[in-house]
Amino acid sequence: MSTLWRVADVVSSMPETESARTIGLRVNGQNGKLAGQHIDIRLTADDGYTAVRSYSVARAGMDETLEITVDELVNGEVSPYLVRELAVGDQLEIRGPVGGWFVWKPTDTNPVQLIAGGSGIVPLMSMIRAHHASENPAQFRLLYSLKSPEAGFYREELQTLGQESRKLIIDYVYTRKVPKGWPTAPQRLTAEPLLATILPKDPAPDIFICGQTVFVETVAEWLVQAGYPAASIKTERFGGTGGTR
Amino acid sequence: MGIISSGFHGRRQNGNPALPPGQYETGGFPVLTAGPAPRIPIEDWEFFITTEAGQRHAWSWDAFMALPQMDIDTDIHCVTSWSKLGTSWRGVSLDTLFENVETSCGFTMAHSYGGYTTNLPLPDLLGGRAWVAWEFDGEPLERAHGGPARLLVPHLYFWKSAKWINGIELTQDDDPGFWESNGYHTHGDPWREERYS
Ligand SMILES: Cc1cc2nc3c(=O)[nH]c(=O)nc-3n(C[C@H](O)[C@H](O)[C@H](O)COP(=O)(O)OP(=O)(O)OC[C@H]3O[C@@H](n4cnc5c(N)ncnc54)[C@H](O)[C@@H]3O)c2cc1C
Repeated sequence: MSTLWRVADVVSSMPETESARTIGLRVNGQNGKLAGQHIDIRLTADDGYTAVRSYSVARAGMDETLEITVDELVNGEVSPYLVRELAVGDQLEIRGPVGGWFVWKPTDTNPVQLIAGGSGIVPLMSMIRAHHASENPAQFRLLYSLKSPEAGFYREELQTLGQESRKLIIDYVYTRKVPKGWPTAPQRLTAEPLLATILPKDPAPDIFICGQTVFVETVAEWLVQAGYPAASIKTERFGGTGGTR
Repeated sequence: MGIISSGFHGRRQNGNPALPPGQYETGGFPVLTAGPAPRIPIEDWEFFITTEAGQRHAWSWDAFMALPQMDIDTDIHCVTSWSKLGTSWRGVSLDTLFENVETSCGFTMAHSYGGYTTNLPLPDLLGGRAWVAWEFDGEPLERAHGGPARLLVPHLYFWKSAKWINGIELTQDDDPGFWESNGYHTHGDPWREERYS
């Protein structure tokens, strides 16, 4: 099923930040989704030219809808269209959701450490939402690295969850600009503070890291060096400067 | 033709005949891996081929480097839709490595350091179409890209070009490897868009 292109209706569209938008899609006969999966989106221009990109599912509803959040990459081919032009009532084609590796299932019992760089929060949010909606008591902890407070996705929801949920701890790192009254200056994420704000090695958590390629590579490397078992670390790279080659 | 997005113009890159359907060209070299990159010292590295009869052929790094080396210029295509055109590699042809291997198997499983596996039909590894590569763009292959050595099977999607390659097991059946068990196509031909299972 997942390999077929299907037509999706845009049913909602909400700005998430100045450069990002959350888009709700409805697909007839939408079926089984796991938290962490992605869809492929195919756009077709009026002369038949097509472009395909992958987007993680941010919220997988029980019905035929799902949400994605797209961050605009200035001068990108596809993301500016999705963020600035696409409107409710439009249609596009999607494939998936796909992926059986970077996923969290409500039957998983290990504690979970999520580490997001920028828009890498998207598939992790889907896990947080699935976890919150389930009876699963496992401890979840999210480390969210952001340029500035305004760049955060799902701000209100995360704030509410962070305050209300006993099974979710949220930590923020701001790399360029901090909120008013924040105890530290903006700082690049480095190994030590990172290791001090995540779940300990024992009992080994399942770790999900997502963001731009360099972010994911760097963080995964720190964790391995700190003795977190490589087999417990799952990564999803959104692309970008993965080194110049 | 699919649903038309009238405000979408695109870059028209896929008019390039070197690009398989649904692929776009990137100048970078993105990394796609399921987890962190393993570290394999050259002294401990080996490459093996095992057969259904229990035979094991193995090469140490030095023995491997003593084999005939080839320069390979090729395009590579990742299932996440990027293609990189005109990449250059150096390595040993699988034809060379399979020279003294006797088998009646039709399939293989590539095994990597770190536990990654990917399945390939044996014919896709032979006939000058697959290599164990250790140099990229004139430099030793970086660890993030699979160093010390990776499989290079550029006519299939790049997840088949297993990084940190350790060896190849000949198999009777086409058993799924890692991504193939996680929703991806068993064969992975980019020209037929064999992306997902
Ligand atoms: C599995 C998967 C899930 C993804 N999920 C999301 C998601 O939930 N939200 C989201 O916003 N994006 C996500 N992405 C990234 C997305 O697929 C596109 O790559 C992104 O939107 C840029 O596409 P574009 O056409 O606008 O830019 P392009 O025209 O493709 O890119 C322009 C230039 O920017 C570089 N580039 C590509 N991607 C990035 C990047 N992420 N950062 C910096 N530079 C880049 C390219 O190499 C190219 O040189 C995901 C990618 C993958 C593989």
